[in-house]
Amino acid sequence: MTRTLYDKLVDAHKVCDLPDGEMLVYVDFHIMNEYTSPQAFSGLEQKGLPVWRPEAHLSVVDHVNATRSSQPPDAASKLLIDNLNANCRKHGIALYGLGDPRQGIEHVVVPEQGLVAPGMLIACGDSHTTTYGAFGALGFGIGTSEVEHVLATQTLRYKRLKTMLVSVEGKLPAGATAKDIIMKVVQVVGAGGANGYAVEFTGSAIRDLDMSGRMTICNMAVELGGRAALMAPDEKAYAKIAGRAHSGLLDFSGETWVSDPGAPFDAVFEIDAADIAPLVTWGISPDQSVPVDGVVPSQTAHMPPKAKEGLQRALDYMGLQPGQPVQGISIDSAFIGSCTNSRIEDLRAAAEILKGRKVATTVQAIVVPGSIFTKLQAEKEGLDQVFRDAGFDWRPESGCSMCLAMNDDVALDGERVASSTNRNFEGRQGRGARTHLMSPAMVAAAAIKGHITDIRDFKKGS
Amino acid sequence: MPKSVSGLAAPFPPSNVDTDVIMPKRFLRTITREGLGEGTLADLRFDEERHIRPDFILNRAPWNDASILIVGDNFGCGSSREHAVWGLKQMGIGGVIGTGFAGIFFDNARKNGLALPIVPAALRDDLLALASHEDGLTITIDIAEGVLRFDNQVQPFTMDDATTTALLEDRDDTLDSLKLADQIRKYETGLTEKMRVKVIA
Repeated sequence: MTRTLYDKLVDAHKVCDLPDGEMLVYVDFHIMNEYTSPQAFSGLEQKGLPVWRPEAHLSVVDHVNATRSSQPPDAASKLLIDNLNANCRKHGIALYGLGDPRQGIEHVVVPEQGLVAPGMLIACGDSHTTTYGAFGALGFGIGTSEVEHVLATQTLRYKRLKTMLVSVEGKLPAGATAKDIIMKVVQVVGAGGANGYAVEFTGSAIRDLDMSGRMTICNMAVELGGRAALMAPDEKAYAKIAGRAHSGLLDFSGETWVSDPGAPFDAVFEIDAADIAPLVTWGISPDQSVPVDGVVPSQTAHMPPKAKEGLQRALDYMGLQPGQPVQGISIDSAFIGSCTNSRIEDLRAAAEILKGRKVATTVQAIVVPGSIFTKLQAEKEGLDQVFRDAGFDWRPESGCSMCLAMNDDVALDGERVASSTNRNFEGRQGRGARTHLMSPAMVAAAAIKGHITDIRDFKKGS
Repeated sequence: MPKSVSGLAAPFPPSNVDTDVIMPKRFLRTITREGLGEGTLADLRFDEERHIRPDFILNRAPWNDASILIVGDNFGCGSSREHAVWGLKQMGIGGVIGTGFAGIFFDNARKNGLALPIVPAALRDDLLALASHEDGLTITIDIAEGVLRFDNQVQPFTMDDATTTALLEDRDDTLDSLKLADQIRKYETGLTEKMRVKVIA
């Protein structure tokens, strides 16, 4: 029988069947952070349980730490960081903490350290764990109760998902990036359109991307509801992890990690890469985006009342008028960072735009490298100087920072942010903060102009 | 967990209500599960000075006594934070009725005994309208029977078998799965050395 890549991964990890159509699946590798793991460790404590296999877990401090210095920004952050330290020490779990040269955003750190290989099952108490699909690994986010379950049993109770194939064929137009591909997919499928699905991405536009771009796409698959994202690993995937700290220790080959020809999918979407323009979100959900040369949407006659209310709610929060051109929306800050877009390739793309230019005096611009490893590489290439010369605040430490504003990088009420991140939710970057999602190069361009601008005109030197 | 959840229902119709909205980040800086009721939907319930927003549905009678929410599509999307579910429970919410929920939120709800019955959009819209009347709509989510009871009506909802069982039996998944330790060990014997991840400390 023909099987999808997703089904092959699930079958390979099945420990046994459970009642009610569930199964126990084996977790090859589990990652923890400081804010979704504490209550899992206390659960173990209460039940008097050991960690099943401590060496199969990694903890990384990334959500609450400051990026200006390696000191915790306040007492509450210190509590979370110290708690993770203590839990890891007690259970013999590896920790990439503050000051460790391997520290950074968990989903940036793991591929850098070669801790992902095609065929693995990876869980983490973070929704963006879908990132590992770029390597043909089944990665997915879990809650804290499930973190406890993985710690105690190295398994999860699992129900097989439905499968969705998203095919992006053709050549991306100039100015469009991997970020624009996934923002287009979110727009087409909808913010909850893939709830209950594992999403496999295929097509020449995906294969043409480098691994960084593929990770950006799998990372944001959760914004359409995908519980898992997958891409068939090719030579680029294997090359990316070769020679990393752990890659020589891992080998999950033995299966052909591709969907069999003709394998059945429950849903299929086909997108023409030629239709993808640089996109910008105008609203408060990642599916509320338009091409940068477009306008903020208006109510239409056929719009159901609920849709009209939703549109109005988004416009009110964002402080925008229907029909307003997106280009020209003034910004107060620019943020380049997050597990979506803070890898070296993202920094290079932004630096290319910034070279020889200055950030507008009205804009506060921050860049937070995805990891210390990434930071050092960028500094070796002189990118830090390009950012600094342009007027960006080049942060010496790494973490999630202003993507979710759990540390001291918080946008103010009403502040408008051009952001290379993944979520434009109400209050995401700070209470009342207004987020416009876009690619890192588009963030750089907006920072220079002081307003949202079309990267395609910009590159011509206007 | 009782076989059913009963109570006054409040309409909360926006689509894509994410877990950042359900539990704002300033309440996440904790190492316990407690004390999250205050944080639940905090930016909708309170203004910047922590005064109650009188216009928000859960601050108005009769809905300030609600223990069931009727919600828009894709409730619980975004971040994996289980704090969102802990907070809803601590605020006194025992059930959330919608057309579909984000996956991680759905799994977290089940682990904590928060019932999430799924209904067709037409029924959800009817419930939103009925729950909006000021005399209040009381709903019983009958988990064992798989139906909603309200206003002399009985309407079926969707809930997968494993979730139904988990809600009815109030079991501990971690301890239950450890009963399968032999199966887990057997699976591990089939792994080659290079398939047994060893993180370099």
